[in-house]
Amino acid sequence: MKLTKLAMLATTALLAAGAAMAESKVKVGMITTLSGGGAGLGIDARDGFMLALKLSGSDAVEVVIEDDQRKPEIAVQLADKLIQAENVDVMTGIIWSNLAMAVVPSAVAQDKIYLSLNAGPSALAGKGCHPNYFNVAWQNDNLHEAAGAYAAKAGYSKTFILAPNYPAGTDALTGFKRFYKGAPAGEIYTTLGQTDYAAEIAQIRASGADSVFFFLPGGMGISFMKQYADSGVGLPVVGPAFSFDQGILQAVGAAALGVVNTSQWGKDLDNAANQTFVAAFQQEYGRLPSLYASQGYDTANLLLSAIGKADVSDKNAFRAALKEADFASTRGDFKFGTNNHPIQDIYVREVIQEGDVFTNKIIGVALEDHGDAYAAKCKM
Amino acid sequence: MTFLLFAEQMLNGLQFGIMLFLMAAGLTLVFGVMGLINLAHGSLYMIGAFAAAAVAGATGSFTLALIASLAAAAAAGALIELTVIRRLYKRDHLDQVLATFALILILSEGTRWVFGSFPLYLDVPSYLSGPVMLPGGIQYPLYRLYIIGAGLLLAVGLFALIARTRIGIQIRAGEADREMIAALGVDISRLYTLVFALGAALAGLAGALVGAIQSVQVGMGEPVLILAFVVIVIGGIGSIKGALVGALLVGMTDTMGGVLLPRVFALFMDPSAATTVGASLGSMLIYILMAVVLIMRPSGLYGST
Repeated sequence: MKLTKLAMLATTALLAAGAAMAESKVKVGMITTLSGGGAGLGIDARDGFMLALKLSGSDAVEVVIEDDQRKPEIAVQLADKLIQAENVDVMTGIIWSNLAMAVVPSAVAQDKIYLSLNAGPSALAGKGCHPNYFNVAWQNDNLHEAAGAYAAKAGYSKTFILAPNYPAGTDALTGFKRFYKGAPAGEIYTTLGQTDYAAEIAQIRASGADSVFFFLPGGMGISFMKQYADSGVGLPVVGPAFSFDQGILQAVGAAALGVVNTSQWGKDLDNAANQTFVAAFQQEYGRLPSLYASQGYDTANLLLSAIGKADVSDKNAFRAALKEADFASTRGDFKFGTNNHPIQDIYVREVIQEGDVFTNKIIGVALEDHGDAYAAKCKM
Repeated sequence: MTFLLFAEQMLNGLQFGIMLFLMAAGLTLVFGVMGLINLAHGSLYMIGAFAAAAVAGATGSFTLALIASLAAAAAAGALIELTVIRRLYKRDHLDQVLATFALILILSEGTRWVFGSFPLYLDVPSYLSGPVMLPGGIQYPLYRLYIIGAGLLLAVGLFALIARTRIGIQIRAGEADREMIAALGVDISRLYTLVFALGAALAGLAGALVGAIQSVQVGMGEPVLILAFVVIVIGGIGSIKGALVGALLVGMTDTMGGVLLPRVFALFMDPSAATTVGASLGSMLIYILMAVVLIMRPSGLYGST
């Protein structure tokens, strides 16, 4: 009994010593998806984040990385561990909105800063906004709103729209319709994780639509695009960047050529920060960066900018420093709105082929200095 | 709803059903003959797709890719049977579920280790791509017709194998009475390896055929596995005929339900609510079908006892 007590005491002392040594550093807990379906997104975001830290040469940040396997219950366990055992100052990394909803509200309530590098559910942008929560990517609706604006500008009046039947899917179609003029030729909610779209494509063919908008992230989008190209329907396609990012374009192949998609970032954006990022990412990892990588990179740089201005133990000063967003974003202009969500330009990109690599080229701006529809509901 | 749309959806349902049959046939054989619940069947489907994508990438030949998918999945199946599954026949179903679930995790992470986290590229060969005009003015992708044809041929071959060959007799005998055929001098462990590899090869081929129009990625097998289980429960566990009928039934119900239900609801609801409710109910339809079949015939349509 005595021995156990002694051992426990020693462990506690060691832990305390560890904590004391780490105090000079800002400890970041990153929970992201590194295994299972959708791991490509988390890996890109992590690689972008770590690249920014490496390039800065700063050793002010210590990162603890955990894999959530895209499962909310695991994300919650990891968050508890990071907050209670690792005692992190800042959290980041979650890719999926349902995981963010499971983790973020309780983390920010425990006075941790959360920097979202991907998910932007509407609940956290409106009524559920919080001074400790910063979204460095976009509010979920943003890219869809831009797609709607583009479709209206391109003169499409009978767009067929489809998305999976889950919260981000309904948000996507709502977002699209917010800036789209005219009535959709058809509206379908597919099953989440569906891989065969023959039935939907037959309905598109029969609907007399003049264009197609779809939000099908990850593998769903690959399946849809290949089957759509093979069906010979041939209507122009508009979508958010998620189905046409660098990680999956090679798997879609020529079927994606010419597709127009909307994104807050592109690898050909002409600013110094972006050129540095794209070149360094390719050199470090031997592949082209995706928008997830750019978001991870921006998030790390935002964090570094705040660390340079304020001490993380002074939460008010640190939050104010974050809110200034005084960093060189890969997207060019970037600032936070009243609800700590980005105000930024959203671009229109087209899928092209460079050599034997499929990638995106920016062809215009869909929405300038675009915020989100929920900021007014946020009272902080 | 026009005739053209209806006909196209019937073909879609047929094609989906045929694909499910290739998955379910192996699953039901393994369960029927060996009494084994194999959750890792979906991983064999994934292995087939990855092997096909790798070979198609290296050689550019789709035929070679299909052969590779058969070979790789059969080899993986035989290996798994010899190393792991063999120890499970005498255990109860819970142990089998645990061990084969572990296999899913091992095979998924192993595949990621070899091929990386990003989806692979596997495309329909140019001579099978694009739509064709069918009689009656139906425009339909040639590749899906190819899948229907290939699947039907395989189904016929499988029935011939089971009904007409010596191996088939042994398989049927193994289903009926395991101990007796061992006593009659049939090398039962070799038969088990063979059946398992055959089921794996069918799953691998299904993975490769479908991989060309969907995405080849880690974890692609599990959603199909669930449907395959629904199919064999509906058809009756252990029955190949049941697997075929069940697969076609599930394929048709899923496709037609997803298309027709939103239209039915649109008659008395506002359109966006009708799509949401219709889509939700449409995805439940096959499970409702399964429940109804189980109420009417508790051992499935063609199940024994």
